[in-house]
Amino acid sequence: MSIIKNKFIFLTIAALLVVASIVIVAVKGLNIGIEFTGGSVVEVSYDERPDTETINQALASYDFRPSVQAFGEEGYIIRTRELSEADRGVLLAALNIDEQAPQVERLNTVGPSIGKEVRSKAFLAIALVVVAIILYIAFVFRKVSPGIEEDAEKIPSSWKYGFIAILALLHDIAIPIGVFALFQIEISSLFVVGLLSILGLSVNDTIVVFDRIRENLTTNKEEKTKESFAATVGRALRQTMARSINTSLTLLIVLGALLAVGPVAIQELALVLLIGTFVGTYSSIFIASPLLVLWNKGEKA
Amino acid sequence: MEDMKQIYIRIISLLILAGAVALGWFVLAQPEAKPFSLGLDLSGGTHLEYEAQLEGIPAEDHRSSMVALRDVIERRVNLFGVAEPNVQTETARLGQEERVFRLIVELPGVTDVEEAVAMIGETPLLEFKAQNPELSEEEFQTALNQQTQALLLDNIKASNPELADSIVSQQDDAVSEPFISTPLTGAYLDGAQMQLTQPTPGQMAGQPYIVLNFDREGGKLFEEITAANVGKIIAIYLDGAPISTPVVQQKITGGEATITGSFTLDEARQLEGRLNAGALPVPIELVATQSIGPSLGAESVEAGIYAGIIGFIIVAAFLILYYRIPGIIAVVALVVYTVVMLSLFKFIPVTLTAAGIAGFVISLGMAVDANILIFERAKEELAKGATIYDAMRIGFSRAWLSIRDGNISSIMSAAIIFMLSSSLIKGFALTFGIGVIVSMVTAITMTRWFLLSIAGKKSPQWLRTLFTSGLNK
Repeated sequence: MSIIKNKFIFLTIAALLVVASIVIVAVKGLNIGIEFTGGSVVEVSYDERPDTETINQALASYDFRPSVQAFGEEGYIIRTRELSEADRGVLLAALNIDEQAPQVERLNTVGPSIGKEVRSKAFLAIALVVVAIILYIAFVFRKVSPGIEEDAEKIPSSWKYGFIAILALLHDIAIPIGVFALFQIEISSLFVVGLLSILGLSVNDTIVVFDRIRENLTTNKEEKTKESFAATVGRALRQTMARSINTSLTLLIVLGALLAVGPVAIQELALVLLIGTFVGTYSSIFIASPLLVLWNKGEKA
Repeated sequence: MEDMKQIYIRIISLLILAGAVALGWFVLAQPEAKPFSLGLDLSGGTHLEYEAQLEGIPAEDHRSSMVALRDVIERRVNLFGVAEPNVQTETARLGQEERVFRLIVELPGVTDVEEAVAMIGETPLLEFKAQNPELSEEEFQTALNQQTQALLLDNIKASNPELADSIVSQQDDAVSEPFISTPLTGAYLDGAQMQLTQPTPGQMAGQPYIVLNFDREGGKLFEEITAANVGKIIAIYLDGAPISTPVVQQKITGGEATITGSFTLDEARQLEGRLNAGALPVPIELVATQSIGPSLGAESVEAGIYAGIIGFIIVAAFLILYYRIPGIIAVVALVVYTVVMLSLFKFIPVTLTAAGIAGFVISLGMAVDANILIFERAKEELAKGATIYDAMRIGFSRAWLSIRDGNISSIMSAAIIFMLSSSLIKGFALTFGIGVIVSMVTAITMTRWFLLSIAGKKSPQWLRTLFTSGLNK
């Protein structure tokens, strides 16, 4: 009951975090990777790494528009404009510093048209998944739509379940995007993979709670128990609390292990998922269900 | 009656366990038998993306041109001795614009982009073009002259840029193309031989020329094209430039064409070798490259396995400590689930990438979640005073609706993502989708059978305690 009673506190916290994320993205911008913009990225490693200044000077006389970033113990990641075959040779030759040829770990070039396509496909995939989830939830919860009971309190229509699940989802993906903008971590295709995973996990989480609300409504009707909708939701939350916490705990353990000792290549993915799992659990307990109660009340008044 | 049912459940559970152990031993204990197929980001290698230029080719032939292109490049790559290369075509639609055809070449183990690009760049582009029928004979001659001049200028530019700058180009008017594409391309080439002309008096040796042999279909095309162009020029284009422009005297049957040009003996030999390795039917342009060093790949796999094991041990410890006997069953079910998934990865086979492993981890998380849902519901039933057997049975059926709804929405999302996205994200959607489906039939169904087969009809308090969870008794 306390969650439903104090819903405004929890909803305010969530709203503040989402607004903060939007502000950060607007102010600092996102560090979008070459997969989406086109360009080249070279990762090199040296036995004895020269300092960043030396690398910058070595590249200063060319028009590669480089941005040099130290990476790991002995490497550099250098981002440039889109490099042609000839450019690549010139760049690598310029990176021979004190007769020390670097080891090329990775050399990626993406043309602008491919970047554009990857970008539009990612947006399309996320948008379609969101639409499909609204439709599916509305369909699955159709039996709890109003009109079943005559004298009992009005309960929300199944469309509201769908839209609220999506509101919770938007919260869940806004915050990781905000964190990535805050620390200017590069947005790659793996980041999109992370967001898509969060969509899947968070919707699953929300469905579990909604499902329990549905079940409680059904048993109330069968047993002719009179209970306010707010109380029914509160009871569902209490009943699913242990499961919500334990499930996210296990996921957080696995993701924490991936972040701590897993491959460097998927650390950013592990980070998105870690943040997403955390805020996803928060949203299904403290946002989705309170919103359901709130929206239902608004309708009644 | 109920007792008989439980005996069946016990037999089935034992069979499943035995099957899983056998599968695990068969698939995982013999890594040499069939290795996992690792994506380039894990194994190291080069990923090249080319865009095919299909202007001038009728739309209905685009697909067959791409198939021909793929076959030629595949042959070329195989010749180079790359283990398990992957050459595939991809169609993309950019907004409202026309369709784009891409050729994707993945070369595991080749980490030098320059080498890889050079290797594919060696493949010659061979086209046969006919006189543009829209031009009168006079216009054709002008266009031909302009083309010759432009080519000459390009040659000068390559060798002496300063001289080229001083030459004032006369081409002010829009140049019409003297030649247009025909369906006959390098795709129909069977082979090529260098031969020498009879030395004329005063010459030490004959001039080298190249004889092209077409396959049957190519021979027929050549016959049709020559028949339609008697008295006109058929231009043979190599790598985008006319190399030989013979005038057709009569219809040529037999599927043989000759390239005479002013090559040296060495140049002719080199061309013969290149043509024999296959010739491209359409021009291609490199639009994206990606290379991953082998050390990066190996480190990723090791770190990933290490992180996976640590994560699994902690999760298993948590499940067993918190959920007691059901926890042990969940861990067994999850191990079986993992074995089934790894076997599927090997036998489908699914190419494992970092994103794909992420999909697997998420599906594992959902399998754990399903188990937790069942146990929490069973605990409620136990608290109400049901027998252990009934509590497990009812707990499962109550949890099933949530599990079903959550999993179906996941499978739906995975399917949408798989259909829409680029190859990296596809890998994620595939393992995630398979993972959720498999977890529904392994982790969840198996947990149910195992629980029912060990749950007795009698439920003394000590056993009930072992079946509940949390910090309470």
